[in-house]
Amino acid sequence: MIQVRKLVKRFGTKTVLNGLDLDVREGEFVALLGPNGAGKTTFLRILASLSQPSLGEVRVAGHRLPHQAAAVRARLGVVSHTPLLYGDLTAQENLRFYGRLYGLSDLTKRIDEVLALIGLTARRGDLVRTFSRGMQQRLAIGRAVLHDPDVMLFDEPHTGLDQDASAMLDRVLKSVAAQGRTVVMTSHDLARAETLATRYDVLSRGVIVASTTRQQLRNSNLLAFYKRSLAD
Amino acid sequence: MPRAEKTFRKESPVSAFLRAIGAVAWKDLAAEFRSRELFTAMLVFALLVIIIFNFALELDISTRRSVTSGVLWATFAFAGTLGLNRSMSIEKDQGSLDGLLLAPVDRSAIYFGKVISNLAFMLIVEAIVLPVYSFLYGVNLLQPGLMLILLLGSIGYIVVGTLLAAMAVQSRTRDVMLPILLFPVVIPVLIAAVKASEGFLSGGEAAAIVPWLNLLIVYDVIFTSLAFMVFDYVVEE
Repeated sequence: MIQVRKLVKRFGTKTVLNGLDLDVREGEFVALLGPNGAGKTTFLRILASLSQPSLGEVRVAGHRLPHQAAAVRARLGVVSHTPLLYGDLTAQENLRFYGRLYGLSDLTKRIDEVLALIGLTARRGDLVRTFSRGMQQRLAIGRAVLHDPDVMLFDEPHTGLDQDASAMLDRVLKSVAAQGRTVVMTSHDLARAETLATRYDVLSRGVIVASTTRQQLRNSNLLAFYKRSLAD
Repeated sequence: MPRAEKTFRKESPVSAFLRAIGAVAWKDLAAEFRSRELFTAMLVFALLVIIIFNFALELDISTRRSVTSGVLWATFAFAGTLGLNRSMSIEKDQGSLDGLLLAPVDRSAIYFGKVISNLAFMLIVEAIVLPVYSFLYGVNLLQPGLMLILLLGSIGYIVVGTLLAAMAVQSRTRDVMLPILLFPVVIPVLIAAVKASEGFLSGGEAAAIVPWLNLLIVYDVIFTSLAFMVFDYVVEE
């Protein structure tokens, strides 16, 4: 579903991604781990067509970036640590706005389904600025799944959430992934990533330095694998 | 919950483009209707400027008529800058600009949606300021010709201003960057609008007004086309 070959991204003289290769199969849930400045967010922004690669080849859902960016965006849902919502609109109005922007038909029915999925049906008429951070993040997931994307990108979605809100978000994330979507999530929370993802890639200095799966980790744990990967 | 059927509308690219423009404009107007942040700032600023001019320039009746077009356009240009700055910085501050850019539509639809909402705010401010100005300065401004100039001048100002606001918002000094970028570029609009307004207010002949009117129309067409072509590059990282 995602193929990346020799991806390079430079900002001026600084090279953030340095020949990154990655393949993600359909239905996989990949946790992208790494220290601050490793290039995780830059990589997700390129996958999301929000930033252009300096060199290399990127394909998402069979479409090349940046040339077929609109086709990629139609099949992509993105959740970052900022919710990409409008505080002066209600939850329902935010979803309606994005639904119209994406050209969805039967929008009222779809909004009802999404609000039920994220557990915000009762708050549909409330302004988003009155929502807690956790509720805003759930609504952000609702916004991202509204057009039923095949690929979902999560950029540190748990940032700023308390334990209860994180647990609620985990349930929504599992529900979204269980529907057969391909998911790539960056995270600093190894315990959470270990529970949610089925594959773990460690990104350091702009390249993937190690990769493993939940099955391969059976006799170890993600923290040990992560430390070993960065030490090598 | 089962996954939804793929429910994208079957429509032509033009319909999709117009729908996206409508969605962005509706979102801006609905959000502003609730908060009234941008509109209030523009209106209060505009009213303060014309009141200050009224006290600063103690003018006789005939001189008032001659300075009217200059005072009006200076007021609208300064108030408009406040609105333009705010309309893009709201998107940037909330991080919602990325949300707009992620939509599978031609990005110039976002630009035109913003143009419509910014133009609506500016025209509403003008509609309130004109009667107040008429009262304070004793000049009748409710003339169809002047309304046409206000519309064409405002369109020119907003099409350029919205494009430059999208550029300036990427900068850390965006509050000062926009006027520095904008005012040199809109000088032709302001000169043409001031001259044409002056012509209408003084009852001048059509031959003196039409060239300025043509300049406004040409400027509007050129910069609307230019913005359509370059907006995608302006918002690209």
